[in-house]
Amino acid sequence: MAQARTTTSTRRNGHESGVRIEPPAQQTPDSLLSRAWRELSGAVQRRIPRADLDERDPDYIREQLPLFWLFSSLWFRGEVRGLGNIPDEGPVLLVGNHSGGNMIPDTMVFTVAFSTYFGVERPFYQLAHNLVLSLPGLSWLRKFGTVAASPENARQALSSEAALLVYPGGDYEVHRPSWEGNRVDFGGRKGFLRLALEQDVPIVPVVAIGGQETALFLTRGERLARLLALDRVLRLKVLPISISLPWIVNVGDFGHIPLPAKITIETLPAIDLRAEFGPNPDVDEVYDHLIRLMQDALDALAAERRFPVIG
Amino acid sequence: MRVSAHRVLPAPLEDVWSIVTDPERVLGYMSGVTRWELAGGPRTGLGARYRILFRIGAAEVGGLVEVVEFDEPYDVAWTSVTGLDHRGRWRLREAPGGRTQVELRLAYVVAGAGLSGWIAERIAAPTVAGHVKGTLQQLERIVAHEQLRARAARRRGSPARS
Repeated sequence: MAQARTTTSTRRNGHESGVRIEPPAQQTPDSLLSRAWRELSGAVQRRIPRADLDERDPDYIREQLPLFWLFSSLWFRGEVRGLGNIPDEGPVLLVGNHSGGNMIPDTMVFTVAFSTYFGVERPFYQLAHNLVLSLPGLSWLRKFGTVAASPENARQALSSEAALLVYPGGDYEVHRPSWEGNRVDFGGRKGFLRLALEQDVPIVPVVAIGGQETALFLTRGERLARLLALDRVLRLKVLPISISLPWIVNVGDFGHIPLPAKITIETLPAIDLRAEFGPNPDVDEVYDHLIRLMQDALDALAAERRFPVIG
Repeated sequence: MRVSAHRVLPAPLEDVWSIVTDPERVLGYMSGVTRWELAGGPRTGLGARYRILFRIGAAEVGGLVEVVEFDEPYDVAWTSVTGLDHRGRWRLREAPGGRTQVELRLAYVVAGAGLSGWIAERIAAPTVAGHVKGTLQQLERIVAHEQLRARAARRRGSPARS
């Protein structure tokens, strides 16, 4: 029975695994450190679950919504505007700026709002870092529709007519210092635009504020990550350092208690890339336009805030 | 959780009935409602389906509802098909002096969610009660205003334009 299930899942995926981890570039076979890294890389790779869109469970989401609604309403005083800008049906690529470290409060607030607005019946997936999905105790994320970030998984979700939430800035943006909290920074990542063009789906920008006030984020720790070869072994470009509860000094951010900062999210009007930029849009031009659009919206949201955390 | 409120409105039963059963007017008086649009079936009456949303806390909750009782001009009740499990009812009765006693009832349950559902139901109750009360106040303003316009139109000898 379990065998049959696995086969079905694999066929539905259309590929064996949505995850590729590059081996360490400097392979010195005799080096003990190198072998240890390879072992670790292999162990992580084995833990990364195979993507299966069917793992999303609407009944589970429905039952968990009250808990997340409580967090979203009482702790983060969440406010999500403009959900009517998202087309009522059909595939759509939701592109967000990412904040709040690994606790991703903006994703939670948005997911609750999306699921209640459109109903849990509407297929909705979120791309997440491979490492997040491989961590023990987070398997429930897959029931919420979280799949490992890979072009194959994104393509598969959009082909199934689903709404897909991506954070192009990913780990790079989510750990930016708190004083850069009101800046949209995708780090030049444009793969999501090529995906939207290839799949011919509209893009809906989702702009969030407040996440970077849930802790005092000090640095991404990019150099530290490179020094420890985390980028090659775990696809981690950062080893963030922040001041957060309950650790005070938090290196790596393997979880923390977020401060109850007010999270406000604005959903902007949908963009039909070919209607706006012609049949063969220039990706760089679209990227610049989108960043400007989202930055303007973020500036407006920042202007509404009077105090950090309080909002 | 059950929330209800009642009020006596200064208008005949039929006038109030025509307002509460007109889906296009709901956004004008129903507090907290952000969407109430036809989603199948007749425009109004038994079997009419609407997609509705209420803003409660950090989310807009609601879903697809269907009118399951339509006893003109006294009772109209709807129940949820998808989304938040709930049931609503307008109950209209004649009151002395050509007025109408109006009651709005909302009953909702957060099913299958354990302790968090139980807490969420109670946390949301004051907001829902506020919306129910606000709805009747806004309905009274609309009804009173329409009566005023109707009387003025009668004095002028022409029907009031809605």
